[in-house]
Amino acid sequence: MNRNLILTGRVSLLLFVFLGFILTGCNRGTKSEGVGSGDFEATGSLDVETQEQLNTAKRIFYSLPSPLETAMLIKNAGAEYNEGLMNPTENTSKYITSKSKALNLGIYSTDLSYASLFDQAQATLNYIEAAKEMADGLNILDAINEETIQRLEDHINNRDVIIDIISETLMNSSSFLKENGLEATASVILVGGWLEGLYIATNLVKENELEGKLVERIVDQKLSLDIMVNLLEESPDDEDAMAILEDVKVLKTIFDKITIEQGEVTAVEDPETNVTTLKSESSIEITQKVFNELKSKVIEIRTSYIS
Amino acid sequence: MTKKGILLLSLVACMLTLPMAMNAQCKQFAKNTCKAGLDPYQHDGNYHAALLIEGEEAELYKTFYSDRNYRIGVCGASNLSPIEFKVVDTRNGKVLYDNSLKDFDWKWDFKLESSQQLKIMVKVPVPNENVIEPEEGCVAIMFGSLDD
Repeated sequence: MNRNLILTGRVSLLLFVFLGFILTGCNRGTKSEGVGSGDFEATGSLDVETQEQLNTAKRIFYSLPSPLETAMLIKNAGAEYNEGLMNPTENTSKYITSKSKALNLGIYSTDLSYASLFDQAQATLNYIEAAKEMADGLNILDAINEETIQRLEDHINNRDVIIDIISETLMNSSSFLKENGLEATASVILVGGWLEGLYIATNLVKENELEGKLVERIVDQKLSLDIMVNLLEESPDDEDAMAILEDVKVLKTIFDKITIEQGEVTAVEDPETNVTTLKSESSIEITQKVFNELKSKVIEIRTSYIS
Repeated sequence: MTKKGILLLSLVACMLTLPMAMNAQCKQFAKNTCKAGLDPYQHDGNYHAALLIEGEEAELYKTFYSDRNYRIGVCGASNLSPIEFKVVDTRNGKVLYDNSLKDFDWKWDFKLESSQQLKIMVKVPVPNENVIEPEEGCVAIMFGSLDD
């Protein structure tokens, strides 16, 4: 019997060790990319085995506009503030599944950023509460805590501080999810936030006035669609991410009807400021019919997310 | 339980918790070192950081918009050599910036005449010697922006 116990103990230990290796390995989150790029010049040397491992596994990141960046782009395009376009905070109780909580954490985060950039104090406070409810529902520990809300209240008339607090809460959520292997949830949040921005922007374009910076910004989203598809495809086993991917693919078929012509990019550095300008020419072409189709589809998808 | 058993269990516990602890350190590093250095540019709230070992490469794809000023920051932990990075046009692979030509400066400030999807290629250099056990450390890629 003692011998059996010892054997069971050893097997358990071996299992723990094995599990440890698996977890450590999973944590690296690598993606196969074939043989190394060779784009960097070699400096020192590693042993052959390590070098081979590095050559076959390269870390790939796909970065979508955050809810804060999305709201900044809308404001920067000269858009106006329209509270009627935001998801009412009374809707929070509707969101029970992890998918709806993640999507609406993104949606409320964009609304929060939008309200704060237009100095809407009460709306900012309401929307941080709504975002907190979604984050708490997803068990994102301390992304938005009571201290965050207190800081926000204390600085409610200081836009720079508020934006900094929002940026920090977004980073806290994103880092918590990624560090805990919940990359799919982080991606769904970002897509929710991005779609809310697209919804606000398309609804702020005046009827039959298909020109101006806001329209340019909407068209520019075409450049992020393959990034979004790749990001979601990194989570093939996640049902929520795959469901959202289908919506993104539908939007992509509409964006494919929009033309963006871009010339070669030349980098020119200003020696005084050390700021480089990426010079290039570009032109866009979008018809009213395609814009209407895009706007209708965005409304349809967004309605399904907030209902 | 024997002393040997306790030792083994402690080792296993370390193996399980170490990656999580290192990741948490990575977030603190990204926040305290990299994000702080973006000022006066406003950090966008996105978090891209990972533990990389010497010789390892990473790539990041992102769309940058016209009429905005950007700062890209690529920061490496102090146990690593200065991180190499290049910014490349995803359409044709043209290198638009290479920090090895700028004394491995950790940041790059730029603006665009038209919106572009760019790729940021990052490498943790291997020191100029034979490395038996490469060092591992946190590398963060962060973005800040300002209105034009």
